[in-house]
Amino acid sequence: MTVDYHAILPELILAGTIMLVLVVDLFLPARLKWGSMPIGLIGVLGSLVAVLTLLGDERATFGGAFVVDNFAVLFKVFFLVAAVIVLAVSRHYIDQPGYYQGEYYFLLLTSFLGCLLMPSSRDLLMLFIALELVSAPGFLMAAFRKWTVTGVEGGLKFFLIGVLSTAVMLFGMSLIYGLTGGKTRLDEVAGALGKLDASQEAMALASILFVVVGFAFKVSAFPFQFWAPDTYEGAPVPVAAFLAVASKAAGFAGLLQLMFVAFIGQHEFWVPIFAFLAIATMTIGNLVALQQRQFVRLLAYSGIAQAGYILLPFALVTTDQAVNQQAFASATAYILIYGIMNLGAFAVAVALSKRSPRLLISDFAGVARVAPFLAVGMTLFMVSLAGVPPAAGFWAKILIFGAAISRGEVLGPLLAAIMVVNSVVSVFYYLAIARQMIFQPLEDTTPVRTPVLLAGVVGLSMAALLFFFLLPGTFSRLADISTLVA
Amino acid sequence: MIRLPFVLLFSAFLFSAGVYGVLARRNAVMVLMAIELMLNAVNVNLVAFSSSLHDVGGQIFALFVIAVAAAEVGIGLAIVILLFRNRASINVDEVNLLKW
Repeated sequence: MTVDYHAILPELILAGTIMLVLVVDLFLPARLKWGSMPIGLIGVLGSLVAVLTLLGDERATFGGAFVVDNFAVLFKVFFLVAAVIVLAVSRHYIDQPGYYQGEYYFLLLTSFLGCLLMPSSRDLLMLFIALELVSAPGFLMAAFRKWTVTGVEGGLKFFLIGVLSTAVMLFGMSLIYGLTGGKTRLDEVAGALGKLDASQEAMALASILFVVVGFAFKVSAFPFQFWAPDTYEGAPVPVAAFLAVASKAAGFAGLLQLMFVAFIGQHEFWVPIFAFLAIATMTIGNLVALQQRQFVRLLAYSGIAQAGYILLPFALVTTDQAVNQQAFASATAYILIYGIMNLGAFAVAVALSKRSPRLLISDFAGVARVAPFLAVGMTLFMVSLAGVPPAAGFWAKILIFGAAISRGEVLGPLLAAIMVVNSVVSVFYYLAIARQMIFQPLEDTTPVRTPVLLAGVVGLSMAALLFFFLLPGTFSRLADISTLVA
Repeated sequence: MIRLPFVLLFSAFLFSAGVYGVLARRNAVMVLMAIELMLNAVNVNLVAFSSSLHDVGGQIFALFVIAVAAAEVGIGLAIVILLFRNRASINVDEVNLLKW
């Protein structure tokens, strides 16, 4: 079997960088330990260049288990940009006593390697490996502040629920392997599942449910959402940013492939389940977010609500390919925009964490007077998360809304209506942050020093959100050409 | 040659025992062991299907599951040791500082 090395070049470059970071850290003196970060950054940029050389290509290797197509390239670019941002955000936050910087960057990049693999994995085994490669370093990073009780508690909850859901997912995968007569490639699984007789069909449906559990945990969907706030709060803020954006997007990338490729034939069974998941996830996320006092916890619940919006297009699947295509594109577009706005919000949180380490929302009072740039940035990110113009979050919501309406029947408009009600509820807590920063009197007059890296991240995220707001055609077209719906 | 349904019943029992252990045990190490039971039920399934289908893919899958499970136990024990250092207890019911 020949291996297409060009197809796996981005992963190879990143894997090499990871080894390099691990070795170089041994030889760095204590005050230069941050040196792992520029090395990692160069590796990530090199990997990004390698992904861009694959633009527009269609390649398959490892017997079709690893595929490079528009979908994979789009998500890989997204993950690598997210990696650049998380690295930039980590630089000053992690450079404090008590943090092991070399190990941190090693674990972070390993997780991103898993993210890169995820959209290319077209095989149950590959999906499992990619999912674990994202999760396992994530468990360690979540418990990285090991001297705090909350950090360890968040890490333990994340680990236990993560391993439990993985075990359930694997049980489902093993049954699917048996039922399909030894198939693990997603397209072959789809074909084999279509030919089952009625008695085996019931078993297959149960297995699909099991497999969905593993990914529902990753994207913090309803019954598996409770780890998210605890873990984000206990973890270092850049790690929370990673978990909220890259790890969640990886979960969705896997879920999109499973549902729209492997299990599309059984959609009548799982569409109601996803409708319920979407409604429950967004409603719980929004209602609990309303009463949060701590900013990272608020972002965690907001992230749960946003996951509910992204789950909604899954519930729109029908036998009509045009509808499926629209649903798929709207989910992809929402994931990308969600990533930009959430990374921006976390970058502002990191910038303010020196001033108020606990990141209570009340600490943000009047910050606009000492850090106007951060306050403007935060306001834009909050407005975008709420889905109000002028920010790209508005178009992202409109796309899902449009897909739901054009699906028709009762379910589509019903889901669209529930989504609108949820968006209105979410405006309260998102704009409360902006109000706190701009209109409340300033209590703590210490000036905020924003490192150039953080200011750059905030500025770039703002620019991207405004750009996509003014030219909505660009990202909806990106989502359109990268569809997996045949 | 043991027939396939018996093996599948056995693995379903193993999996259920694991789920029960996760829900009922209060000691974090015992919870980890229960999760191992669940993962081993997966391995039994994969190997049983693999041998009855005469397809080697399932055994390869099982090898990956074994390797990943070992890595996860390592991570899990590290986190449990941290918990013990911080609280002098590994009872998962006492991990309740953060809620809502």
